[in-house]
Amino acid sequence: MILHELAHSRAGDKGNTVNISVIAYDDRAFRHICRYLTPELVLRKFAPLASGPVRRFELPNLRACNFVIDGALDGGVTASLRQDIHGKGLSSLMLTIELPEFDTQG
Amino acid sequence: MKQSVRIGSGAGYAGDRWEPAVELAERGDVDYLAFECLAERTIAREQLAMRQNPDRGYNPLLQDRFSAVLPACRANGVRIVTNMGAANPRGAAREVAAIARDQGGMPIRIAALLGDDVGATVAKMPQLRLMETGEPLESLLPRMASANAYLGADAIVLALQTGADVVITGRVADPSLFLAPMLHELGWAYDDYARLAQGTAAGHLLECAGQITGGYFADPGKKEVPGLARLGFPFADIGSDGEVTIGKVEGSGGRIDIMTCSEQLLYELHDPTSYITPDCVLDVSQLSFAAAGADRVRVSGAKARPRTDSYKVSVGYLDGFIGEGQISYGGINAVARARLAGQVVRERLTLRGYRFDDLRVELIGVESLHGPGEGRPEPYEVRLRVAGRTRDRKAAQVLGEEVETLLTNGPAGGAGDFKQVREILAVQSVLLPRHLVQPSVDMIEVMSR
Repeated sequence: MILHELAHSRAGDKGNTVNISVIAYDDRAFRHICRYLTPELVLRKFAPLASGPVRRFELPNLRACNFVIDGALDGGVTASLRQDIHGKGLSSLMLTIELPEFDTQG
Repeated sequence: MKQSVRIGSGAGYAGDRWEPAVELAERGDVDYLAFECLAERTIAREQLAMRQNPDRGYNPLLQDRFSAVLPACRANGVRIVTNMGAANPRGAAREVAAIARDQGGMPIRIAALLGDDVGATVAKMPQLRLMETGEPLESLLPRMASANAYLGADAIVLALQTGADVVITGRVADPSLFLAPMLHELGWAYDDYARLAQGTAAGHLLECAGQITGGYFADPGKKEVPGLARLGFPFADIGSDGEVTIGKVEGSGGRIDIMTCSEQLLYELHDPTSYITPDCVLDVSQLSFAAAGADRVRVSGAKARPRTDSYKVSVGYLDGFIGEGQISYGGINAVARARLAGQVVRERLTLRGYRFDDLRVELIGVESLHGPGEGRPEPYEVRLRVAGRTRDRKAAQVLGEEVETLLTNGPAGGAGDFKQVREILAVQSVLLPRHLVQPSVDMIEVMSR
């Protein structure tokens, strides 16, 4: 399944680092995300754009994970040659990540 | 002291819409409106503008924005706090005074908060370390355009204590624009970290205005936002004990619920336990939201540790040029023609001897936002984009020209060319001990006529 089915997301920039929230629509989706959406999997998706490392912070009260991806903005807003110097569009890339199907027990 | 205060968010960035601010002032029953209008690089740009003309250097939309919101604010006793002063808070205050004079009516007092400009101070401290690269500040000093400390809520309170109707600042931390009226109206002590935490969390949620009311949120079929065209801006009700409820004007467009609040809470946040502002180190890891009626969300559980002993100072400096050119291709074989065009530009720049510190050749429609990836369908139309960074203005200009010449010298069917050169205003940061920064307040009074 695609992460877009399970969660919504927003990206923000600071220097050469982007943070991307992944907010689950329900508890089951949050458990699934915590289990399978590892920093390694995220870095694999972002490899063409980011050097890493990727850190993941869990916020159970919000059913959210906050991913902090270093070296992701081509030097940051002031140096970047990218069209999207703030990396604002990277939440949409996050949501294309493929995860395993739900376990039958949920 | 009041038992509660209602603070509205009138703008989330320099160019934001102002109809929602007028709506808040007219029908939102707000005590304060705070306008956040100062991105990281904006102050450096305005500092350069002020060197050209000493009467400029503040937000270019100030006149439009204040002309629109001031009548309702004065009629309803809504006090304004804003960082629209950028590099020239005094000049901005004079401009607001002129607008108020033209509009006539009741007397008005305008305060300019000064002291964030620490250019002269850091110029004498070349050994300060840049946080981003670890190099000494000395390396940037010859090209430095601005150096401004992020002042906190305590400095803004100094201005509010004068009784000013309008407070204009330069660089202050965004959440502090909102925290200051809470300190002032609710009598919170500046070391009452339980309350500073809730207030700073509220400020962070409000600082991007429409980004918590359904702006930057809609995903048709998945996440709907009613009335997005009439998107309203938020306010927060803050009680003296630190209770925070976020809401918006009844009948305005958009939505406020736990989903929109969660997206905004995590916006531009790294470690949720350590969001550093000049007022405190905020910890939102245990924060929770609860629905409190239609378009109302209660915020609880924010924590904070004591503020650090230094101010963050952002240093703006000139750092060369970026040249850019674009041209589109459509129909059969569009991608192959655009790729060939990109190779040709690269080759011609080399043949003419222009070098770039970094050169980017990409196709909009294929890879410009998310980078290259597998398994994507080939688009019907694409747009070649070439961008290069260089210290040489001429090279930056030639880059765009070499995209333009593709019209008659490139592959078939190129159309819709565009080129530009911009000077790079870069920003890095240093930390400055608090005692080296001295905020002060300048007052302007406009009597009735």
